[in-house]
Amino acid sequence: MSGQIAISVNGETRNVPQGATVALLLTTIGLDTRKVAVERNEEIVPRSTYATLALAEGDKLEIVHFIGGG
Amino acid sequence: MTAADDDSWQVAGQRFQSRLIVGTGRYKDLEETAAAIEASGAEIVTVAVRRVNLSDPKAPMLQDYVSPKRYTYLPNTAGCHTAKDAVRTLRLAREAGGWNLVKLEVLGPAPFLYPDMPATFEAAEALIADGFQVMVYCADDPLAAKRLEDIGCVAIMPLGAPIGSGMGVVNPYMISAIKREAKVPVLVDAGIGTASDAALAMELGCDAVLLNSAIAHAKHPVLMARAMKAAVEAGRHAFLAGRMPRNYSADASSPMSGLIRR
Repeated sequence: MSGQIAISVNGETRNVPQGATVALLLTTIGLDTRKVAVERNEEIVPRSTYATLALAEGDKLEIVHFIGGG
Repeated sequence: MTAADDDSWQVAGQRFQSRLIVGTGRYKDLEETAAAIEASGAEIVTVAVRRVNLSDPKAPMLQDYVSPKRYTYLPNTAGCHTAKDAVRTLRLAREAGGWNLVKLEVLGPAPFLYPDMPATFEAAEALIADGFQVMVYCADDPLAAKRLEDIGCVAIMPLGAPIGSGMGVVNPYMISAIKREAKVPVLVDAGIGTASDAALAMELGCDAVLLNSAIAHAKHPVLMARAMKAAVEAGRHAFLAGRMPRNYSADASSPMSGLIRR
């Protein structure tokens, strides 16, 4: 598909527009950026870079939050 | 002022009144989680880090019910079986919440989920080098406990019994041995089944107790949370008071003089 790249988010393949940032991805999914953390290819993505970090074809992202646990 | 009047404790430079730390898992729902934690009087709650459910991004989150503004969140590595996974998980937790104080646990396989000590040492070293303050779950092994303290962990947390087993403090001698040698706080973490187990841990001189299932899996979690609060306080007071010596023969508590005679 032209203008789209394939990435993996929490193990699921998703297509996002070329040049999409982490911030755009989170907004598209519908997540509150203050309550999650993002790892890209096993590296932490600092919150301050969400708006500027462009995703690349084949990126593997993990988006996590706090849940109940002991 | 007696010792019991101001009996706060400190970990990693933070001071707490409650000596009970509770988990936030295994409850029926988030309302029950919030009510039980409130009843426990805990100031620190331990929380897990997991993938967001992408198909339900607006699902209620733990933070909406158990506010990180009110409670100190202690992110944990529950479910991690390698040092690498534990370190990744806590780096994510730090980014999500901004907290350096964490609970490290690296577990061996089922059915015991016993702490994997070599992997725990490796993860603790990596985390401390990366600026974390590590409260560490470990075996009831005084050598392992000492090594974790030397690595720089801020609290040592030996198991009373395997996670979720509810078997209580099965090796009280080793728990008190670890406490005797440690210069950082010692907490019993895992194995507590009921209030008397928590009281025993405190009577052994532990600084605090960490538990989850004992409350969450009770028939009435909120009532059990209240019982745990009272038990931790009772055990702590008994420790401070100093128990009487054990004696194999009877020693009457009423005076022998002045008895009526026929």
